Amino acid sequence: MKARITVTLKNGVLDPQGKAIEHALSGLGFDGVGQVRQGKVFDIEITGTDKAKAEADLKAMCDKLLANTVIENYAVEIA
Amino acid sequence: MKSAVVLLPGLNRDRDMIVALTKISGQAPATVWQTDTEIPDVDLIAIPGGFSFGDYLRCGAIAARMPVMRAVAEKAAKGVTVIGVCNGFQILVEAGLLPGALMRNASLKFVCRQVKLEIANANTMFTRRYRPGQIIRSPVAHHDGNYFADAETLARLEGEGQVVFRYAEGTNPNGSINDIAGIVNDRGNVLGLMPHPENLIEAAHGGNDGRALFESALGLAA
Repeated sequence: MKARITVTLKNGVLDPQGKAIEHALSGLGFDGVGQVRQGKVFDIEITGTDKAKAEADLKAMCDKLLANTVIENYAVEIA
Repeated sequence: MKSAVVLLPGLNRDRDMIVALTKISGQAPATVWQTDTEIPDVDLIAIPGGFSFGDYLRCGAIAARMPVMRAVAEKAAKGVTVIGVCNGFQILVEAGLLPGALMRNASLKFVCRQVKLEIANANTMFTRRYRPGQIIRSPVAHHDGNYFADAETLARLEGEGQVVFRYAEGTNPNGSINDIAGIVNDRGNVLGLMPHPENLIEAAHGGNDGRALFESALGLAA
């Protein structure tokens, strides 16, 4: 199975990198760019076929390592 | 007084910490490697600065999950004094031993300069050799020192006197909320700070403003 984990900053957490990207996009002449928030994507291959177990494992991976839940949210998708 | 220094791949201020502790405590600290599961009986454990695991994923994230950090957590729970400097502070928050998070500097730039620090609480085991409100100098060198905590955590830290060091006189180098430079846990035995007091302990450093922090933590008499 292939899984994709998306980690994003929680609302209200300042994102200086997103802000810099937002300014750079405006500088390139793209009008109408509102707020930009930067995140991370992890593509993970999972052996086995038990989708429910994979999902539980992936969530545990997020809680234990991949996301810092003080400042970040995560979403798990299994293809 | 006995001390130990935690070693992880990618740290680069470990020698500075070892030298500082040796000079101030009068004996060389023990060193513990990332895979060690036990830490010898010591009064103080220090986690130095650097770039453990290349700052991959998030600063301190991978180091915080190494076996030695479980041993640090056990010692902290027993009341042993723990200091994390710079990357060591990032590791302590990632390990959940201190609240909040350290994010990319608001300027997006690595800062390496001297700042001023206010002793925001002189009534801790790390600051008892300073005066309340005293302004000291300290070097900083980091890219991710922008302290963040949610409103509830921040109110608790401020209310309980857990903010120990604050960037003073407009020298906040990283956008840290409430100018926070260093905090202690609720029990008061774990300190994390972004500045490098170990780099200002003797005349050859251009000053010794950081020395009293270690003297306080080691319980040395004036």
